[in-house]
Amino acid sequence: MANLNTGDTAWLLVCCSLVLLMTPGLAFFYGGMVRRKNILSTLTLSYVFMALIGVQWLLFGYSLSFGKDIGGIIGGLNYLGFMNVGAAPNPEYSSSIPHQLFATYQMMFAVITPALITGAFVERIRFKSFLLFGIIWATLVYDPLCHWVWGAGGWLREMGVLDFAGGTVVHVAAGCSALAFAMVIGPRKGFGHMPLEPHSIPYTVLGAGLLWVGWFGFNGGSALAANGVAVNALLATNTSGAAAGLVWMLLSWLDGRPSTLGLVTGMVVGLAAVTPASGFVSPMAALVIGAVAAPISYYTIRFREQRGLDESLDVFACHGMASTWGMIATGLFATTAVNPGGANGLFHGNPSQLGVQILATVVTMVFSFGVTYVVAKALDMSIGLKVGLHEEEVGLDISGHGERAYS
Amino acid sequence: MLKKIEAIIREDKLNDVKDALNEIGIRGMNVCEIRGQGRQGGITLAGRSGTYQVDMLTKMQMNIILSEDNVDETIEAILRGGHTGAAGDGLIFVYPVDEAVRIRTGERGHEAVMYPGDIDEKKGRGSAKAS
Repeated sequence: MANLNTGDTAWLLVCCSLVLLMTPGLAFFYGGMVRRKNILSTLTLSYVFMALIGVQWLLFGYSLSFGKDIGGIIGGLNYLGFMNVGAAPNPEYSSSIPHQLFATYQMMFAVITPALITGAFVERIRFKSFLLFGIIWATLVYDPLCHWVWGAGGWLREMGVLDFAGGTVVHVAAGCSALAFAMVIGPRKGFGHMPLEPHSIPYTVLGAGLLWVGWFGFNGGSALAANGVAVNALLATNTSGAAAGLVWMLLSWLDGRPSTLGLVTGMVVGLAAVTPASGFVSPMAALVIGAVAAPISYYTIRFREQRGLDESLDVFACHGMASTWGMIATGLFATTAVNPGGANGLFHGNPSQLGVQILATVVTMVFSFGVTYVVAKALDMSIGLKVGLHEEEVGLDISGHGERAYS
Repeated sequence: MLKKIEAIIREDKLNDVKDALNEIGIRGMNVCEIRGQGRQGGITLAGRSGTYQVDMLTKMQMNIILSEDNVDETIEAILRGGHTGAAGDGLIFVYPVDEAVRIRTGERGHEAVMYPGDIDEKKGRGSAKAS
């Protein structure tokens, strides 16, 4: 307790709240893009993780992720029910804030990550199958991955991978899982034949704004201290979101009009891209990361549309691809001048870092895609992933929840 | 005899049409928002990445009940207010009305749908009395 720093502790308490707010932000970001008959369903898909993971993480999720290492693969059961997770710091993660605060801050990441995936299957998912998928995914994909990359003794962490705030663990994993799930569940009725229009772009704009604010806690808090690295992470985050928003707006302008939906999508893409890099690269590098991320995700959406895949809200393009680039860019731009606790990247004389970054990203892609595909397929063949055609036509608000959003 | 004029017009021309109708002394009308498709085809909207086509467009449907003697003048007013010359200006339909009843007073026929100083009162309703 001697080392406990009240400044660090206060900042992380704030960051906990900021990251929590991202899940409602995401819910409205997604909710605006679906048709009005599915808005409550879409909000629920995100919000339910605040409840589900709020319990799972306390009971065993945290322990599997950050418990005593077993072979570099998974955490042990020594933190079940937050046992031994108290006010004293855990020096393996941070020696200046209470261990319980670290564990709770991490909970907020565990909450939003599966919520990101829901964009892949909105407007047609069977709620019961979704709940099962959510708890299985959190336990079989998120918790191990979190341990590999961030847990003391995790094998990717031991190899020296740099993932400041969850480029692989959160965004690449969610994006690739979204892709796999979309392939299993299949398209919405009418997909490709008629426009499935967003019913409230203002909701999406508001959601994107909340996400940006929350992202300061997501990336800024990942320094686990109120220090220079936190400030750099916050500024890099802001810069990348800004650059990607501008570039996306220009791309959509060249294709017709500077769309509002395009601008805010670009912003979120920039924020996702810089997530793994934010505490390791300079703000100027973040500018490049954001500017390059926008066309990558923009044209991934085009490609996805041409292939006729209904990955409905483009989680793979906007999170998976953006953060894949972000992971690679970390291997290029990282410098110990920004963060002495990090490493140098290719441009600072350390090409091997790039190799580690690519390895960790590919491993995450294969692992998250593979497990999600198998789990989704198993659920599809047993209880079914998709609602019946009539339920889909009526809309999930009425057919699934017995409610209507706007009376 | 009473007629119903049903005009499908551009959303953005609602005020112009309403003003043109007010000018010739039409007081009673109602409008609702509808969606449909016709010779205008669709419009292009900006999406997340590029554009997409929408083929059901928002229009306003305006309903007016008045004497058949004033139908032509009303149609001319709608044409004056709603015309742009581009595809999508809309359509006007005229139907016979069997009966009209004002719920507050129980008035029937023309009495039910007339307003003080409106076109039917000023210009007479000729054949109306016969109906």
